[in-house]
Amino acid sequence: MVRVTIVDDVTVIATESLSKRFPRVTALDRLSVDVGPGVTGLVGANGAGKSTLIKILLGLSPATEGRAEVLGLDVATKGAAIRERVGYMPEHDCLPPDVSATEFVVHMARMSGLPPTAARERTADTLRHVGLYEERYRPIGGYSTGMKQRVKLAQALVHDPQLVFLDEPTNGLDPVGRDEMLGLIRRIHTDFGISVLVTSHLLGELERTCDHVVVVDGGKLLRSSSTTDFTQTTTTLAIEVTDTDEHPDGTRSVRDALHARGVSTEDGSGLPGAGHVLLLTAQGEETYDLVRDVIADLGLGLVRMEQRRHHISEVFKNGDENGDMNNDGHNGGQRKEAVGHDS
Amino acid sequence: MTAEQSLRTPATASGDTRIHNIGYRSYDGPRLGRSYARLSLYSQSLRGSYGLGRSVKSKVLPMLLFVVMCVPAAIMVAVAVTAKAKDLPVDYTRYAIIMQAVISLYVASQAPQSVSRDLRFKTVPLYFSRPIETADYVRAKFAALASALFILTAAPLLVLYIGALLAKLDFTDQTKGFAQGLVSVALLSLLFAGIGLVVASVTPRRGFGIAAVIAVLTISYGAVSTLQAIADAQSSGDSIAWIGLFSPITLIDGVQSAFLGASSVFPGGIGPSNGEGVVYVLFSLGLIAACYGLLVRRYKKVGL
Repeated sequence: MVRVTIVDDVTVIATESLSKRFPRVTALDRLSVDVGPGVTGLVGANGAGKSTLIKILLGLSPATEGRAEVLGLDVATKGAAIRERVGYMPEHDCLPPDVSATEFVVHMARMSGLPPTAARERTADTLRHVGLYEERYRPIGGYSTGMKQRVKLAQALVHDPQLVFLDEPTNGLDPVGRDEMLGLIRRIHTDFGISVLVTSHLLGELERTCDHVVVVDGGKLLRSSSTTDFTQTTTTLAIEVTDTDEHPDGTRSVRDALHARGVSTEDGSGLPGAGHVLLLTAQGEETYDLVRDVIADLGLGLVRMEQRRHHISEVFKNGDENGDMNNDGHNGGQRKEAVGHDS
Repeated sequence: MTAEQSLRTPATASGDTRIHNIGYRSYDGPRLGRSYARLSLYSQSLRGSYGLGRSVKSKVLPMLLFVVMCVPAAIMVAVAVTAKAKDLPVDYTRYAIIMQAVISLYVASQAPQSVSRDLRFKTVPLYFSRPIETADYVRAKFAALASALFILTAAPLLVLYIGALLAKLDFTDQTKGFAQGLVSVALLSLLFAGIGLVVASVTPRRGFGIAAVIAVLTISYGAVSTLQAIADAQSSGDSIAWIGLFSPITLIDGVQSAFLGASSVFPGGIGPSNGEGVVYVLFSLGLIAACYGLLVRRYKKVGL
């Protein structure tokens, strides 16, 4: 049963020229951003002010200037009420090794105000939802990084919050663990009806998971836009095909065919499997169809077609090129590394 | 065709009877808020101080110390009952003073486990991202360790009291002594818990915490009793009482010999006078309050 989000049209997080200055650094500089329900990515390099923002939003650290609201509650005065309705997963390790996941999460549920029976039931439910089964009775000390991340996530969700802050949840995970965690984050919203603010320094992984991405740099808002804007204009596709007797060099055949259709490509030098990988910019749905049709016409097998991950630095580079640091995300298409449709 | 269908039917049937994932259920029940969370933290910490809800290994030391605390009391009772003594061999108020090494060891082992663990494994941010505030956390931890110490120090007194009643010693006399003893160990529990927690909360390393607590308790007592002995030898009796202010155990000794009818273990057996005793009480209460204030300050800094 998916809960109906009552705050559908309301902003979940709203900040207004929010600043936080420490004696030596300015962590946040007049940040104004509105975040709606759904999964929102907060991207920034290390030290960009992501964690500071979360602390302020939890009502734990007063802002130097400006104001912020979470779920319609002012962070300066309603901190406790916010923390009752919000979950938080820290970036760092936070689990004692000598207790089991069940004991730990039950304790944390009670710390959130759940009565003992409810705490136990919710713990069993939540641990199952994050994918911990029999191992939940063993001490946490013996868990893998991926399992620990799941326990951290479970303790943030156990009291059924309306919003969760996830600080670098994919840190330290291998690619498979990363994908699983991102899938789980997506489900937090789609299946559980809980809004998510997730931070990362990798734009690419957030593009695939989030409805909306906010990019901060040096405490300033660099860009805030929905990911459909992002992906339509910036997705680079990597394609790898098989060779057949008819087309001994499949990659070359595809490239020629695509060129004939007016799509230019690059060879993926620098990527693993260089020489067998083609890069092209997806301009939308039709590019995927075109690639599929071209490959099918040639009778080749498609080994993989995947979105290449962008790094945050590319956004910065892009922003600098456009000379517009506070753009609204619609002009991210002028990327230099991949070549688009000619027409 | 029919065979194919009949083959397919059981398959779909078993598919229908499969137990499905019931999906996410939201929670609409009560949220009991800050005071409940504080109480939960208190009971979890109190249980933890005796290793309950923790591994078998962590039960050994606190339970052992508890037994060590109670055994001498049981022996005294046995002696008093069999020898038909007119009084217990040791006063209620004296017992904790005699057993101070055991109490110190208990504080040294359990104060770090109560607070250093949360610091070391960085669990503290998880508490403060919930409704409870810094002061709630400190109060819960402080109250839990003080209660654990009270259990440790009051249990042998209870053994003595029951034994005294079994030995048919004077009821009013024994009840009064027992009550005085309880007041004294209550004050001792608060004081030792405060000092232990302040010292332990400085370091996330449990080993350092244990060593530091033992050092603070024994060095202060050693220094104070040495100075008192020197003062006694130089027959400057006045200063003995004032020196006693500077170690927790002599502080308790002073308070109880001034107001709780205890005989002092100070050199020469002279405890503080009533006037000095007031200073002792104020000093003890002030020290407890200072420990609480330092802890709150410490955790304000830890934050997230």
